[in-house]
Amino acid sequence: MNPDLIKMIFGRLNLDALPLHEPILVGTFAVVATGGLALFAIVTYFRLWTYLWREWFTTVDHKRIGIMYMILGIVMLLRGFADALMMRLQQAIAFNGSDGYLPAHHYDQVFTAHGVIMIFFVAMPLVTGLMNYVVPLQIGARDVSFPFLNNFSFWMTVGGAVLVMMSLFVGEFARTGWLAYPPLSNIGYSPDVGVDYYIWGLQVAGVGTTLSGINLVCTIVKLRAPGMTMMKMPVFTWTSLCTNVLIVASFPVLTAVLALLSLDRYVGTNFFTNDFGGNPMMYVNLIWIWGHPEVYILVLPAFGIFSEVTATFSGKRLFGYTSMVYATVVITILSYLVWLHHFFTMGSGASVNSFFGITTMIISIPTGAKMFNWLFTMYRGRIRFELPMMWTVAFMLTFVIGGMTGVLLAVPPADFVLHNSLFLIAHFHNVIIGGVLFGLFAGINYWFPKAFGFRLDPFWGKLSFWFWVSGFYFAFMPLYVLGLMGVTRRLRVFDDPSLQIWFVIAAFGAFLILLGIGAMLVQFAVSILRREALKDTTGDPWDARTLEWATSSPPPDYNFAFTPVVYDNDAWWDMKRRGYRRPLTGFKPIHMPSNTGTGIILAGFATVMGFALIWYIWWLAAVSFVALLAVAIGHTFNYHRDFHIPADEVVRAEEARTRVLVAGAQT
Amino acid sequence: MTVATVSTQGSEPVFHVIDEHAHPEGASTMLGFWIYLMSDCLIFAMLFATYGVLGGNYAAGPAPKDLFDLKLVALNTTMLLLSSITYGFAMLTMEKSKIGQTQLWLAITGLFGLAFLGIELTEFAHMIHEGATPQRSAFLSSFFTLVGTHGLHVTFGLVWLVTLMVQTARFGLTEANRRRLMCLSMFWHFLDVVWIGVFTFVYLLGMLR
Repeated sequence: MNPDLIKMIFGRLNLDALPLHEPILVGTFAVVATGGLALFAIVTYFRLWTYLWREWFTTVDHKRIGIMYMILGIVMLLRGFADALMMRLQQAIAFNGSDGYLPAHHYDQVFTAHGVIMIFFVAMPLVTGLMNYVVPLQIGARDVSFPFLNNFSFWMTVGGAVLVMMSLFVGEFARTGWLAYPPLSNIGYSPDVGVDYYIWGLQVAGVGTTLSGINLVCTIVKLRAPGMTMMKMPVFTWTSLCTNVLIVASFPVLTAVLALLSLDRYVGTNFFTNDFGGNPMMYVNLIWIWGHPEVYILVLPAFGIFSEVTATFSGKRLFGYTSMVYATVVITILSYLVWLHHFFTMGSGASVNSFFGITTMIISIPTGAKMFNWLFTMYRGRIRFELPMMWTVAFMLTFVIGGMTGVLLAVPPADFVLHNSLFLIAHFHNVIIGGVLFGLFAGINYWFPKAFGFRLDPFWGKLSFWFWVSGFYFAFMPLYVLGLMGVTRRLRVFDDPSLQIWFVIAAFGAFLILLGIGAMLVQFAVSILRREALKDTTGDPWDARTLEWATSSPPPDYNFAFTPVVYDNDAWWDMKRRGYRRPLTGFKPIHMPSNTGTGIILAGFATVMGFALIWYIWWLAAVSFVALLAVAIGHTFNYHRDFHIPADEVVRAEEARTRVLVAGAQT
Repeated sequence: MTVATVSTQGSEPVFHVIDEHAHPEGASTMLGFWIYLMSDCLIFAMLFATYGVLGGNYAAGPAPKDLFDLKLVALNTTMLLLSSITYGFAMLTMEKSKIGQTQLWLAITGLFGLAFLGIELTEFAHMIHEGATPQRSAFLSSFFTLVGTHGLHVTFGLVWLVTLMVQTARFGLTEANRRRLMCLSMFWHFLDVVWIGVFTFVYLLGMLR
């Protein structure tokens, strides 16, 4: 066939893009393909496709979307962690002339993919999932402000994840590090598809993140139950509000800077080039103006989770609610004033570096205030060391260490020594694992019974906890030592044999974390098997304080048969204390949004368009763009997007709950 | 620890809304759209900042003085400002539920928008013809991206305008359509405001540079 024609049809996609010469990738592909086929076969065998499509893929219910976000995050955690294990193994053996087992071009993709996946497709979906699930329940709402948009946002996040995963088997991923600094990421030095996968994966997912941010801000501002003033909102809702404000105010920056990078790569403009007046440091500045708030986007909801958990399991009102709220808001604002501390070595001069060093240190004040608030909440409380509380205590110890090394790095002269060293790597894993991930695990263990109606198995949960926590210390404390000795990040082989022992210890830590993840998966399985024994009939298994525990577990589609009225910032605690009686009559039809497949279709076209742009298949990009536009416009011609749940259906659901409550009270 | 003891019937506190009025559909739309506009504004802010940093890097190529034709830009600005006024008239007639007049003003707005885009494209074509392409220097890269992104927004605004005109023709000035027209109105005026920034910051200050 005519090579020009083939090029027109397939762009730069050809059979060489399949990594058949890389045994590791072929093996991975075999495993993923077998697993995928098995899953496909099971779903087909049990005829679940219609069910999945009707009840899950097209759902606009914030609870189901939240659960799907969580599943996405956990699946991607396995991928991101596999990358981590590969790196730890490589670094542990690449001594004494050994080249390790990963060739350089593969190793570079692994560390890039690890960072990108862990931040964008593990931490973000898990955080967004929890906010999606919990926030509407905590504020006594029936759903989010824009339910269809919520579904669309989720599928855009999936689309981004699909593109990143695809790069494993079709072509390659970026070899630039997770922020793809130019000039390395420019077309001259990265002519392959790797950076394009990076760009379009993040752009597609970024649209979803921004829209979900807008959605949740509106939800919190507009849909709170009567009586819930801003200063009566639960702390998790407050931190979610601040996080989503941060999302809306920072993700457009990422969108813009990645768009400029793509213009450099696709059109040949000169934003971040070394010649024709371009300035690579402009990219570094812009991307960190997004990147630093991103850190707080992740950790603020975790702070919210710890606040809920500490108050619940200490059986006390949260200490210093007002200061907690103000600390959150101050962190939100300060997070925009510190970005330059990621590159003190740029050489902006002493004044600029001091400014950013000082603002960075100031952030530790509100964070420290939070830490004391949690401690004082626990003080003289009747603490129950259930799993969520265990994760919270582990967080408090671990995060303080991470925070202190952070303050160390905030000193510009010290940073000149430690910049890009393993000390930095240890620091940010210390705060992201010790802060965000521990928080998410606390949240998952805390809210799981709400979402599914039964608790998670405590034995396997505790096993997972101890493996994770000890594994974390084994894996990252050696990196602090190595960093202080001057070892820089992203190295593939080492000359100095005296360093090896530290890397071996770190690899052992990673292995412990592997056991932790394994135990967590077993915990899910065991809990599902033992769901009758772990059942929560009350809807309030932890004797908790906020509104989400006022309804059944799992909540009905409409969340609350009657919108609650709030008098106190521990609304449910207040209701319990003042003899709240569940209404049993007078139910009315409930107005709800209807499901739609438009979200998944739009996100599908966006993903295809991303793929086409990555491989220069221009006709496909144009077609999918036109299709995207047509479906979007077509969707606006549908004016009937809601329905009413009839009153007798509400009666049935509520009577079923009454029976469960009575049965539960008798046993 | 203060507990508000609000109660309506004697000592029994009321913990749920008994007579619920449904949330009116689209109650959050205006707020949501405002927040979207602010996020879009941030994209423009980044492009302005990039232009601010790189706009003086001519790389021995043409400078604003060699390229910009202020008379043409003035004409273009007039087109966009007039389109904002006519959109305002469309909203006024919409308030009076005069569907024909609303459609007419929307159509006029669209024509002004088209004129704006036509003039902008002429300007771009002229510059590229003279060798001032986006690839020529960082100044031109940031110029074309900033002004082009604005133009792209106007283009999408036009697509949206036509869609809404069709929907208004088919379904009338319903509650939903009024809300949509209101959103587009905000979008359109927002683009106007951004253009004032472009006009001042890029064109006028560029001539002084």
